Parts: sequence; structure tokens; C-alpha cells
Amino acid sequence: MDNSKRNSMPTQSAEVRANNFKEVALGYDDETALKEANRCLNCKNAPCIKGCPVGVNIPGFISQLAKGNKDEAVKVLKGDNNLPAICGRVCPQENQCEMFCVRKAKLGGSVGIGNLERYTADYALEKDIEAKKVEHIGKRVAIVGSGPAGLSCAGELAIMGVEVVIFEALHKAGGVLVYGIPEFRLPKSLVQKEIDKVIALGVEIRLNQVVGKTVMIDELLDEYDAVFIGSGAGLPAFLKIPGENLCGVYSANEYLTRVNLMKAYDKDAITPIQRAKKAVVVGAGNVAMDSARTAIRLGSECHLVYRRSRTEMPARAAEIEHAEEEGVIFDLLTNPLEILGENGFVKGIRCIKMELGEPDASGRRSPVAIKGSEFEIECDQVVVALGTTPNPLIKNSFKALETSRKGTLVCDEETLQTSVERVYAGGDAMTGAATVILAMGAGKKAAKNIYNKIMNK
Amino acid sequence: MYEILKKRVLAENIIEYVVFAPAVAKHCLAGQFIILRVDSEGERVPFTICDYSREEGTVSILVQTVGFTTMKLAEMKEGDDIHDFVGPLGNSTDLSEFKRILLVGGGIGTAVILPQSKQLKQDNKPADAIVGARNTSLLMYAEEMQANCKNTYFMTDDGSNGNKGFVTDKLRALLDAGEKYDAVFAVGPLPMMRAVCNLTKEYGVHTIVSMNSMMVDGTGMCGCCRLSVGNETKYACVDGPEFDGHLVDFDEAISRSRIYTEQEKDHVCKLRGKHNG
Ligand SMILES: Cc1cc2nc3c(=O)[nH]c(=O)nc-3n(C[C@H](O)[C@H](O)[C@H](O)COP(=O)(O)OP(=O)(O)OC[C@H]3O[C@@H](n4cnc5c(N)ncnc54)[C@H](O)[C@@H]3O)c2cc1C
Ligand code: FES
Repeated sequence: MDNSKRNSMPTQSAEVRANNFKEVALGYDDETALKEANRCLNCKNAPCIKGCPVGVNIPGFISQLAKGNKDEAVKVLKGDNNLPAICGRVCPQENQCEMFCVRKAKLGGSVGIGNLERYTADYALEKDIEAKKVEHIGKRVAIVGSGPAGLSCAGELAIMGVEVVIFEALHKAGGVLVYGIPEFRLPKSLVQKEIDKVIALGVEIRLNQVVGKTVMIDELLDEYDAVFIGSGAGLPAFLKIPGENLCGVYSANEYLTRVNLMKAYDKDAITPIQRAKKAVVVGAGNVAMDSARTAIRLGSECHLVYRRSRTEMPARAAEIEHAEEEGVIFDLLTNPLEILGENGFVKGIRCIKMELGEPDASGRRSPVAIKGSEFEIECDQVVVALGTTPNPLIKNSFKALETSRKGTLVCDEETLQTSVERVYAGGDAMTGAATVILAMGAGKKAAKNIYNKIMNK
Repeated sequence: MYEILKKRVLAENIIEYVVFAPAVAKHCLAGQFIILRVDSEGERVPFTICDYSREEGTVSILVQTVGFTTMKLAEMKEGDDIHDFVGPLGNSTDLSEFKRILLVGGGIGTAVILPQSKQLKQDNKPADAIVGARNTSLLMYAEEMQANCKNTYFMTDDGSNGNKGFVTDKLRALLDAGEKYDAVFAVGPLPMMRAVCNLTKEYGVHTIVSMNSMMVDGTGMCGCCRLSVGNETKYACVDGPEFDGHLVDFDEAISRSRIYTEQEKDHVCKLRGKHNG
């Protein structure tokens, strides 16, 4: 039996990358990719596919790679995934496809499916496989938001001959891919290439258009055959503890937006960011890891405070490892009580130690405070990364849209239509903060249903 | 791209820009604001809409040249394009529930009370107004305010118009003289709004202020614009910009407005340096 070990992804060394914003993971070279592709056992029942939210034909594209047919591999991959260069970099593969890989436990570790996806997709981007223009079928669809959900819905509809206009609130397209996820994990030039491809299909992107303010949903319904809402879940949660409005306390959204979208990492950028001596990041998801690793790159010492233990950390395994290698200090089983200030600026954070109690509704063991264990961490910055919920702005301007208690848009699970005829939704706006691949999948699914609807099928 | 159709210097360092932005003009109302970026590298800065024309598709903003972005704006000419111009954001001003209203404008805050004076005149309940500035040459919209209001009082810090004092001096005098107002609408620098609120609290007069917080997105996405109102955290961009002035924590707002003072100085120096060199 072939027991070969999984080929690891080459990275910039931790000491070097902690001082730059360039991409950390460097990608497989041809030889490594070929070796890794040949590790795939091409299982008949392909358990990995069940782990993929959009059902990518994984053994299909990997076996093409193994045969040296890169162009074929691209075709198979792109059949199921519109944004593979992005997903290859940011999907939590260890909890999806790779978790079900037969090689995982005993045969040298799961096949590097994500790494191979990235390799294949980057090849396709380099080759610039031309998008072909299609003939218009005389139908128009408006899309709200240019994140992965909106982009994939747009691309899919455009291919079917629908005229598509995307309305984006910010001055740049891409959603979380441009304002949230940092350059060192997802290069913006790559995101731009994916967006350019969508534009090449004939999709128009109108920037600086806040739907619900600049243009209303009912106006869009007058002008278009259908509307897709992919407005994400952009509303940040705060801790609701004293001191949270001190200077130096940021939501992760603000912190990352300033650095990524507004390029504040560049000392000459016009948009300012506070460069801290010591930053404390609260939370342990991808957003928290991105914030902590950004703080390190801005020259801060960085502590990450999380109220549960390491096994409960929701971030991708690779991000947790990378953060630790880069010098982020994890203060686990620790809960913030109060942010301390002096002259209006942060000077510390008072926390309490926690221990794990009984499992809660989510199945995770819930943390309980240990009496009398309060202590202070001295710091001059606090970044709060506790998750986000959908922005009520669209709902407030268009009351007919039904939302859940959490603010997510209520949709029919099969068609993704909202409570309003001809209005569809998907991605974080419908699910709450989730993943790129789910948002992309939802955009694609909605596109099919929108097409059927407007063609009266 | 959003073209500057007209540029008019109203006073030293105070410039009115009329910008072609039909989509913004279509829905905007007085009291709302826009966020602009001067060029492709610019920061996002909010400005209150002080006038608009739906027919012409234009939106007017009044800008005091104080920092990096406003200096860059000041360099632009009619016919130049502003890179990004998004809005209308925030909620519009609604004074319809009040009968007798006093408008207080400090500095360029006057641009925000002007449309209200017009509206109130149209509604047949002309307001009183106090307009303040550092000196006479900085007093704006004097004729327009006088035409719209029942009584208009002008105050200057240096007394160059013959009325030396702060807007609060006049306000106290009016209230002491027995003037009764259902509401005061005060817009200006934070210390001015704080002083007005402290005074009207004493006299028990309901007061509304317009908060000019720092912003990034202007849609509720970042929390940069947050402030404490009656011990609750509110976002100026989506919950405001107007709030009950007696509930606003001005000390905190003033402190938050200073977070980037040092960095801003640095940028302005660079900009000046470039021009000199
Ligand atoms: C820092 C960070 C790191 C993450 N890391 C990962 C990761 O590693 N892996 C992963 O799978 N997922 C990750 N996620 C989650 C992932 O990015 C999201 O699930 C995904 O982007 C959701 O896509 P979307 O299209 O639904 O929404 P978004 O990407 O949020 O896009 C929504 C777009 O709509 C626009 N919009 C909002 N309101 C309006 C309006 N009223 N009018 C017009 N436009 C509007 C927004 O400006 C935005 O551009 C991360 C998220 C963050 C914040
Ligand atoms: S400016 Fe970002 S939330 Fe108000």
C-alpha cells in the first residue's frame, strides 16, 4: 500500500512573513502537485465529495491532474466551483472534503485537496482562459452586493444570457474578500482577476450604490425581472462591557477594513490606523486570526483572548497554526470583563479565567467563570472579533422582506426566493456569517432558480 | 466619477461644492449625509448634504478646509471629478412635531440648519436662529437665514460684527428673557453642541444635535462612528446623525474625535511639503 505522506504547502518563513503583507502560502510547484495528485486513491464512492458544500467532483479533477491534463482538470473543477482560486485558499478543508478522505487517519494524511484546487485554479488564472460572450435573452436581473454570493450568481446568470447589474455599497467590489480577508491570505490581485472574469461575461458592477438608500428594492423590481440579495452579514457584535468606546477599541470589521480596503498597512496611506504596542484580539474565528496576524504585521505584540479552549476555536486549522508561528500569544479560557482607559485611550483589559462546564445547545462545552480569578492585561488596543449579523438596512427600507430573529432573510430552501415574489437571497445574508463556498454555492443555486422563474419554466 | 459643477468660496477656508450625483439627489433629504473619496487613494469622509436639486441631479456640500482630504478638495476645480460619492446616508431631519423652534448654527453647522429654516418657513412656523462664528467674515448664509427666520441673531467670538460672545451667551439671554421654545436644533463643533446642551438641560428645553463622527463605511458595518446616547451605544451613520442632545456623552465623543490627530498632522505636513518642494 502507498503510505506516502501528504506534501505540505510551502510557506514564507514565520520570521519573514510576520513583517510583510505578502501571501503566506506559496502554492505547490508542478512536481509537488503531480506527486500529491497521484496520492489520490480515486475511491469509487468518493467520500470527499460528500464533504464539499457544492459537491465538486474532487477525484475527477485530481485524476486529470495526475494524468497531466491540467486544462481538463480546470474544466471539471470549474463545472462546480466558480471561484476555485479563492476557495482553494480560504475553505476550511479540514472540516469539509479532507475530513472524509480515506487517507486521513492511516495513509500519510488526507490528500491536499485544497492545495490542489488552488494549484489548478491558479493555472487557469494564469492561462486567462477567455470568457465567451453569450447572446442576451432579453431578461435583466439586479444583484445586491458583490461578495462571493453576488459574484457567482451574476456569473452564472450572465452565462445563460441574462443581463446583470450588480449594485455594491462600497467603492470596491468583492465583499469580505476585499475588505475583510487580508492580503497575506488572499491576494487582492487574485480577487480582482475573478471579478474581471465576471465583468468579461458582460456583468455591469455599479459601485457606491447602497440599496435601501441610493436605490430601493421596489425600484429595482420595476426595472428588472428579478433581484438577488447577497448583501452579506456585515454588522459587527461588540462585547457590551464597560470601556468599549475608548479610543483604540475596534471592531474587527473596522480594523480589517482600514487595513485591507483602505490600505492603512502602508505608512503613506491616507486612511489612518492606530499602530499599537500591544494589541488584544477577542475571539477565535477566522476573523480573529486575521486581526491578530494583521496586528503582528503592523508591529504590535498581540494576545488573543478566547473564553473556551483550543479545541473549540472555530478558525481554520492552518490559520491557528500560522498565527501561533507568527508570535500571537493565545490566552485561552479567558473572558474580558472591562476595558480600562486613561485620558480616553485604552490602557488595559480586565479579564477572568474560565473553565469548561457542561456541553451547551451547540454541543460545545460552555465556559464558566472561576471565582476570584480576575486579572489585567496591559495593552493599548483591543480588537473585538465576536462575529457579525446581517445589516438591517435593506430590510428597514423594504418591510415586506421577512427576516428571522437573528436578522437573516427568510428564504425558501429549494428556490432561495424570499418572502417577496421575484426577490431571491443567499450567502451570509440568508445564513448568517458562514463561508465563502456556501455563499458561492447559494449564488449559483439562486441563479438557476431565477433563470427558471423568469423564463417561466 | 462625480463632477464638481460649481465651487464657491463662502468665507476663508469655507467652500461650497455642487456635485453632479443624480442617484444621490433622487432620494436625499435635508439632514442626511454623503461619504466621499477625493481620489483612488483617498480616505472616506462624511459631509452633510446642505442642498440638492432633483431636477439637476446635484447635491451641495459645505466643506471647511481643515485636514488632508479637505485640502485636496480645495485644490480641485469646477469640472474636476470626485472619485467616489455615496449616499444619501443616515436619517433626515424631522422637526415637524415641534411648533416653536430655535435653530443654533456654529461655523459650517450653519449649512445644516439652513434647509431647516427654509422648511419651517414653508410650514408657516418660521424659527428663530442664532448663528455663530469666530469673526464676521466667517458668518455664512446671513441673508438667507434672515429671510427664512422670524428673528436671526449673529454672534462672533471676537465681536467683529458688534455682537461679541458665544451662541450660548445669546441663548441664555433669550431663555432668561422668557422666550419659550419647544425644541432647539443645534449643529456645530462638538464643544459648542455640548455647551448648548448643558444650558438647555438647565432650562429644560428639548435639544436635538447632529453628530459629525468619524466614519468608514457609513452603513453600520464598522462601528467607527459609535457614540454613547443615554448609556446605549449608537451608530451615528445609521441611528443618527441626529440625537437627543441631553443624552449624548459629549466628553466621550470629543475624545473619540481625537484618536488620529497625530497621524492627520503628519499627512497635512506631507501635503504641504509636496507643494513647497
Ligand atoms: C475577516 C474574515 C475572514 C474570513 N475568513 C474566511 C475563511 O477563511 N474561509 C471562509 O470560507 N470564509 C471566511 N469568512 C467568511 C466569508 O468571507 C463570508 O461567509 C462570505 O464572504 C459571504 O459572502 P456573501 O457574498 O454572502 O457576503 P459578503 O462577502 O459579505 O458580501 C456582501 C457585499 O454586499 C455589499 N452590501 C451590503 N449591503 C448592501 C446594500 N444595502 N447595498 C449594496 N451593497 C450592499 C457589501 O458591501 C459587500 O460587498 C471570513 C469573513 C471575514 C469577515
Ligand atoms: S461608519 Fe461604519 S458603522 Fe457607522
